[in-house]
Amino acid sequence: MYRYAKLKNRVTRTLGIDAAEVESDPFVAELVDALSPDRVKQDGAHRALLSHDASVFDGGNSGPVVFPETTEEVAAVTRAAATHGRNVVPRGAGTGLAGGAIPLGVPVVVAVTRMNEIHEIDTDNGIAWVGPGVVNLDLTKHLAPIGYHFAPDPSSQQVCTIGGNVANNSGGPHCLAYGVTNAHIVAMEVVLPSGDVVMLGGLDAEPAGYDLRGAFVGSEGTLGITTKIAVRITKNRPEVRTLLLSFESVTDAANTVSGIIAAGIVPAALEVMDQRITVAVENYVNAGYPRDAAAVLLAEVDGLADGVDLDADRIAEIGRANGATAVKLAGSDTERALLWKGRKTAFGAIAQLAPDYYLHDTVVPRSKLAEVLTKTYEIADRYDLTIMNVFHAGDGNLHPLILFDARDEGVLEKVHAAGGEIITASLDAGGVLSGEHGIGVEKQKFMDRMFSSDDLDHQNRLRQAFDPGCRTNPGKVIPTGHSCADIQSLRSVPKEVWA
Amino acid sequence: MSTAPAALATNDPVLLGFAEEVGTDGPVAVAGRRTRWTTGGTLAPDTRVIAAPSGIVEHLPDEMTVTVRAGTTVADLHAELAAAGQRTALPDRGGTVGGALAVGENDLRALGRERVRTALLQVRYVSAEGRIVTSGGPTVKNVSGFDLPRLMVGSLGTLGLLGEVILRTNPIPPVSRWYAAAGAHPRAVLETLLAPSAVLTNGETVWVELEGHAPDVDAEAARLASIGSFAEVAGPPELPVHRWSLTPAEVLSLHDTGHVIGASDFVAVAGLGLVFSHEPQPPRSVDPGVAIIAERLKQNFDPTGRLNPGRMAGGTA
Repeated sequence: MYRYAKLKNRVTRTLGIDAAEVESDPFVAELVDALSPDRVKQDGAHRALLSHDASVFDGGNSGPVVFPETTEEVAAVTRAAATHGRNVVPRGAGTGLAGGAIPLGVPVVVAVTRMNEIHEIDTDNGIAWVGPGVVNLDLTKHLAPIGYHFAPDPSSQQVCTIGGNVANNSGGPHCLAYGVTNAHIVAMEVVLPSGDVVMLGGLDAEPAGYDLRGAFVGSEGTLGITTKIAVRITKNRPEVRTLLLSFESVTDAANTVSGIIAAGIVPAALEVMDQRITVAVENYVNAGYPRDAAAVLLAEVDGLADGVDLDADRIAEIGRANGATAVKLAGSDTERALLWKGRKTAFGAIAQLAPDYYLHDTVVPRSKLAEVLTKTYEIADRYDLTIMNVFHAGDGNLHPLILFDARDEGVLEKVHAAGGEIITASLDAGGVLSGEHGIGVEKQKFMDRMFSSDDLDHQNRLRQAFDPGCRTNPGKVIPTGHSCADIQSLRSVPKEVWA
Repeated sequence: MSTAPAALATNDPVLLGFAEEVGTDGPVAVAGRRTRWTTGGTLAPDTRVIAAPSGIVEHLPDEMTVTVRAGTTVADLHAELAAAGQRTALPDRGGTVGGALAVGENDLRALGRERVRTALLQVRYVSAEGRIVTSGGPTVKNVSGFDLPRLMVGSLGTLGLLGEVILRTNPIPPVSRWYAAAGAHPRAVLETLLAPSAVLTNGETVWVELEGHAPDVDAEAARLASIGSFAEVAGPPELPVHRWSLTPAEVLSLHDTGHVIGASDFVAVAGLGLVFSHEPQPPRSVDPGVAIIAERLKQNFDPTGRLNPGRMAGGTA
């Protein structure tokens, strides 16, 4: 409701533009020449839709939207933008939660969703070449017949694109053992802000030169646009054991997680859900979670048969030693799939409780999980907000979820204030700002809580080496005062540019 | 010059002392054990050579992290971690933590230990302006800001001089065994096994390292026996001194053709692409567009060219 109302307002407002003015814009004419009229969208509906992403942040203002299908088309769009002094914002499926894809400065939005071809599977090199618009789960499904998968598995994997995964260095439940996206990107063809096309990284063991590939991954679309990506493919493990452990407190679950890691076991996944979200999930998909447990831990180990049995037994022991009230081993692939369906649809399950939610993302040392979780509940109580916790416990990645109804006057201010306190509590515990959602516009104002001026200055030096004009996804990541682009000016429409 | 907020500026006297030693002008480089001293070119004459601080600051086994000074030897680090049943991705080939990271050298068992480029969680380096810069974070997962740690690995100290790092640690598996067979093919090994820690070839013999729970290692060893006359051996072969970087596919074809371009003999790491040879790898070229970004990076991070002058990270355009 909240999102729809905002969208409607924006469509109405944006439809008010002078069509003749748009058509006379030489920049748009050049885009149409470079692509084709049907793949350059300048109507209010497209521009309004792509002024948002999946975050709660408003303020985006899209210029023309283009849907390139080739590297040459992306390069042509980028060159045209450079010639006309216009900003460029790349976009995948728009599932980002930190506002990283919100267009600031009325940029041309380059939606790469049509660049969705899986070009080549190369098992000798252990990689697949894919377009940036390939959907994460589609690649894994494509690889299934040859016994491989793409390891990063964010909750949005049914819709998010691999180009977006690269931009955000995405994680997911199974990144505990297999690593986040950066560990799975081998090389990338990239269109630089200048319009030049370069290859970052390489298929060889230690590519020559600075690791620009590594610097590019997670740069939130500020360094250029990926047009072709070599991703590492991972062999499917023949045996999987999935355990569901129930606890009388979130603290017991968190202590079990620490105990498992301390025992030298690195499971494929260690996920915790508190009672509130577990009940919501059960109401939504009836996945088989206990409704009466204060917290549940989903632990998964994979590998060869004997080893996974040994690890599963040890995890059960550690759970019981930390007060687990029940330990259940998924008895079949169907049961296992259902448990994961429950975990991965947790955010969808929220819709039955409140029309809106704000999903946070911080990381704390594992040993501080219980302490910071307790603080999140205290903070929510103080603001009279409902909070739920579902998180990647194995790597300390918290996802506090604040429920609200945006129609309630003043509630958004409370939600943001509570969120700020959660971030502070995480940093105070020795944690970091984000584990997988990124900084975007959401956490810019907190960057100087984690980094000094010198630190931010050096981050900006990296940014400017790729994009001296600061025209690619401007106004993101680095806060005003440290960034080469001033955010405030990007909120308004530059002179001479239609909007 | 920007000034760090007091709360964030490191107060560590050791790092402050290192920054003071780096100073603010004149060519400067850090020497560790000089095991990789000629990698990337010869240091310009009259360069002041200093040492990075050494010592293990904090090992947190439950967090799977270790904070260590760059001048610590990898052998000392791994000895300390082994006492708690852990290790890192750094190569066990001598030298210091900072040296291995500056060169970006993978261990030959990287298939089982992860790549060195992803093992670095947080870096503290001294900039060309003599300032202490921190990037990354202390947790095993982190996407807060631009990823300077990735940029530092393999940069040969040309963008900043490493003072202290936080590395991810991993448990040492209960069992680790090496096997070898003449006449086997590395492709068959890679296709047959689930996750060997290392597969090496010299064109005639194939060595395989298996790690994990004992029953799993036994099961994998049985699979190995189905594709060749593998016998347990003490460890990997003696490695020639020079490292080449090829693609995994090139290593497979190298096994078939039995020669490295310009090199007489070799030990190659299948599945990874590292090749150890008695001959150095010829300079590698990089994409001209990449070279332009590299030049801008060097200019932005070290405008006067005082950090490790004479060295270039990787090839030339």
